[in-house]
This record gives sequence, C-alpha cells and structure tokens, in this order.
Amino acid sequence: MVDQKRTIAAPHVDPETDAYWQAAREGVLLIRYCNGCQSAHHYPRTICPHCGSDDTEYRPSKGTGVIYSYSVMRRVPVPYAIAYVTLDEADISMMTNLVDCDLDGLEIGQPVKLVFSETEGDGPPVPTFTPL
Amino acid sequence: MSLNGQAYIAGAFEHPTRKAVDKSLAQLHAECAQGALADAGLTKDDVDGYFCAGDAPGLGPLSLADYMGLKLRHMDSTETGGSSYLIHVSHAAEAIALGKCKVALITLAGRPRAEGMATGTAPRNYGMSAPDVAFEFPFSPTISNMYGMCAKRHMHEFGTTSEQLAWIKVAASHHAQHNPNAMLQKVVTVEEVVNSPMISDPLHRLDCCVISDGGGALVVVAPEIAKSLNRPLVKLKGAGEAPKHQNGGRIDLTYSGAAWSGAAAFEEAGVTPADIKYASIYDSFTITVLMQLEDLGFCAKGEGGKFVADGNLISGVGKLPFNTDGGGLCNNHPANRGGMTKVVEAVRQLRGEAHPAVQVPNCDLAVAQGTGGSLGTRHGSATLILERE
Repeated sequence: MVDQKRTIAAPHVDPETDAYWQAAREGVLLIRYCNGCQSAHHYPRTICPHCGSDDTEYRPSKGTGVIYSYSVMRRVPVPYAIAYVTLDEADISMMTNLVDCDLDGLEIGQPVKLVFSETEGDGPPVPTFTPL
Repeated sequence: MSLNGQAYIAGAFEHPTRKAVDKSLAQLHAECAQGALADAGLTKDDVDGYFCAGDAPGLGPLSLADYMGLKLRHMDSTETGGSSYLIHVSHAAEAIALGKCKVALITLAGRPRAEGMATGTAPRNYGMSAPDVAFEFPFSPTISNMYGMCAKRHMHEFGTTSEQLAWIKVAASHHAQHNPNAMLQKVVTVEEVVNSPMISDPLHRLDCCVISDGGGALVVVAPEIAKSLNRPLVKLKGAGEAPKHQNGGRIDLTYSGAAWSGAAAFEEAGVTPADIKYASIYDSFTITVLMQLEDLGFCAKGEGGKFVADGNLISGVGKLPFNTDGGGLCNNHPANRGGMTKVVEAVRQLRGEAHPAVQVPNCDLAVAQGTGGSLGTRHGSATLILERE
C-alpha cells in the first residue's frame, strides 16, 4: 500500500470559487451546472465555458466515477498517482489524486469513489478518489 | 490575405552553451540575437521589429530592447510557452506584410540547468491568479506525469507500446551522435529506453527530453531584404496556431492542437504532409512527437506507434527524417522550451547546412511544429511550413 505521508498543497481560494471550497470542508463535492445549455463543467466558472451563459449553479456530486487516465510519479520521495476521473453523472473529467490504493494495480476504466484529502495548514480538503 | 511568401527567415542561430552558470539571462538573449543577425548578414541597427516570450526577463521587449539598444517600431510578446517562437515567425510575417516592420528579431534564452530547476518532476504553477491552479496544483501535476497521462490514454485507446515510443528516442540519438553540441551523443537502443528508470508511468527517463541552458534567435525579413542578402532563401509558406485546453472538463488527451494549427498551415501553404521532406517536431517527451505526427496528418490517429517504429524517423533510413540536430530528446531544450530550436534546424535543413550525415537530400519543403504548455492540460500549438526557394 501507498505511503500516505505526501503532503498536499492547500488550494488557493478566490471569491469566485469560495463556495466550492466551503462545501469541500463539509465533505461535499460540487459540480457547476449551466441552466442555459443544461451541461456541467469543471473547474467551476461563473460563466459557462460551453455556451457563455451566466445562469450557472452548483449541484452536489454523487462522488463516483471512472479513471480516464492516470500516471504514477515515481521519481519523487513519495510516489503518487495523478489522474483524470470522469464523473458518473456528468460528461466531465477532473484532475485528482488516486489515494489509499495499490499504485501498481490501477487501470483506466476502473471505478472509483470520492474521498477528501487534507491539505497543508488550514486549507480546505481537496477531492481525491480511491478504487471502489 | 495569405502569409505565403510574405516573409523569409534570413537568420537562425542556436546558442552552443548547454550550461550557462557564467552568463546572465539578458546576456544569453543578446548573444543569440548577435548570432542570428550575423548569420543573416545584418546588424542590430537593421532591426525594427522585436519578438520575445515569457522566458525574457523583466518587461520582455522593453527590458531587452533597452539591454540590446534596439530602436523599434513594432514589438510583440505573445506567450504560448515553447511554441511562442513559431507563432512569432508568423506574427512577424503579418507585421511585415502590413508594413509595420521589415527586419524582425525573435529571441529565446534560459538557464534552468544553471539554476538547478526540477523541470520535469516538481509541480509547476503559473501564478495563483490562473483560474485552474486551485483545481490542479494540489494534486502535484508535473510535466512528466501530465504527458504520462497522455501516453497512458494513447496506449489504452490505440494499443501503442513503450517500444514504439522508444523508437522516437532511438531516431533522435542516431542524429545527435553527429552534433558535437548535443548533451546526449550516444546512440541508444529500444531496449535501453524501455529499461531506463521509470519517471512517471509509462514514461522512462529516456522518453524525456534533456534539461539545458542556452537559447536561439531568428531573423524574419521582408522579401526584398531576403533577396538582397547573400543567404539561401527560406520562405514562410504557411502558418497555423491554436490553443487546446480541457474544454470545460470534456477532456480528450489523445490529440493535440496540432490537429488545428497543422491543418491551417498546410492549407495556407497549399501542400500536404506527403510533400514534406523534413519535419522538426517538438519533443518534450517521445509521446509528444507521436501525437503531433498523427495530428499533422503524417499518419492516421492511433497509427503513430507503427509510423515511428523501425527507424522511420531516422535521416537516410526512414521516410520522415525528424529533429536531425538530436532535438530536445538529445540535443538541447533551452529554457524548457523547444519551439525555437525546431525552426533553427528546419532552416539548416532547407539551406543544406545540416550536418552532412543527417542532411536530407534536396530538402526544399519542411514543417516545424511546436506545442507549449502541456498536452495534459492546456497548450498552444503552432505549425510553420517553410520552403527553400
């Protein structure tokens, strides 16, 4: 199993995405939806990058998905897996880490579920995923 | 209006240094400028347009015009990472076509090696105000693992193998053995590449480019000036540029922006990939080359592995000689940016001034392809089609 001692940098919170990180502190992953074109996007924006509408809102994610791609960084003191995970309820993928897993047993297409990981200092936790 | 024939590359220079502990960044830019102007047979007093990108110190064109004593009527600091310098060539041609300048100087320089930068293995951050940073930087995206994810997905969708990727490095090493300035001059085998240490799956150490200091410069001039100089005529025939990004999370890592910039450049030039005699292809990693070759149309999407195998990219051996200076994979990668040296080697080939062991016979049409940023997140792609007149 992986050494989980890698520290994760705290995300930089700005006024546009403060609500996203507040929800993360409560254990909820939010996805930004656009009522104009009825589609999701990530990372969250006020103005939809697909259609340009500003009628956008956050909705909670179920927190399940599949690995779109990943890579295990080996040439560092604590190897770790970075990935894009495609969320089940929306046709979008997000950059994340795969945690609590066998780094040699990961596969594209593998189902994963959300687990928040702590960050440095008093930063909000970030959404990471672990194999189901 | 087309850029075809509006401008010529009259000067090209690659700095010979690979570790510049004894030089400043501005000094490297100025030495590159001096080299390219001397190559063209011009002086700094002929320059009326200047182009530089994010590697330039201070306020870019202001700081370097000040340092070099340039008197300008046109300047441009378009920044798309390592592809900036290809875009500068086409923007220079646009400016020349509009009469905004006649002699455009483009410089690149950097000293990541002297500064001990962990180029490929430490997460990079382009500033906290970049909107993606909060959603990516905590997960430690590095150059290596971003391209690793591209390679993993390509393997998954198309069956591409590590051995096929290794052939790209093997070809570069065959060329680099003839370049006395190259950092890695030893010819390597497929086995040596796939048995080198894993950096970030599935990319091995020998799938990665070198880290080097140095730089380069180009002089782009109006047709009447090119014809007044005692240098072979290298004409800009077509150009394209395009950003590719995450498309709001609809991520597809199997292709690069070369699919768009290449199509635009080939259309403007009125030629096809089958007409190309030599290709300079940006090579931060082996997978970078493979994806761009597919996207430029040298083979179908997904067929890149077969296309690059068995020495097909080796000059004198295969059908598409590439990066005959050894490229970023073996020669140099100044400022962690590859676009400049791609153009420089294409100019050498078109002039017949490449090393005799790698010179492509009758090389009259070449492509230079660059991407800057990261294929794993967002990048700027730029394609130039150049012709020997």
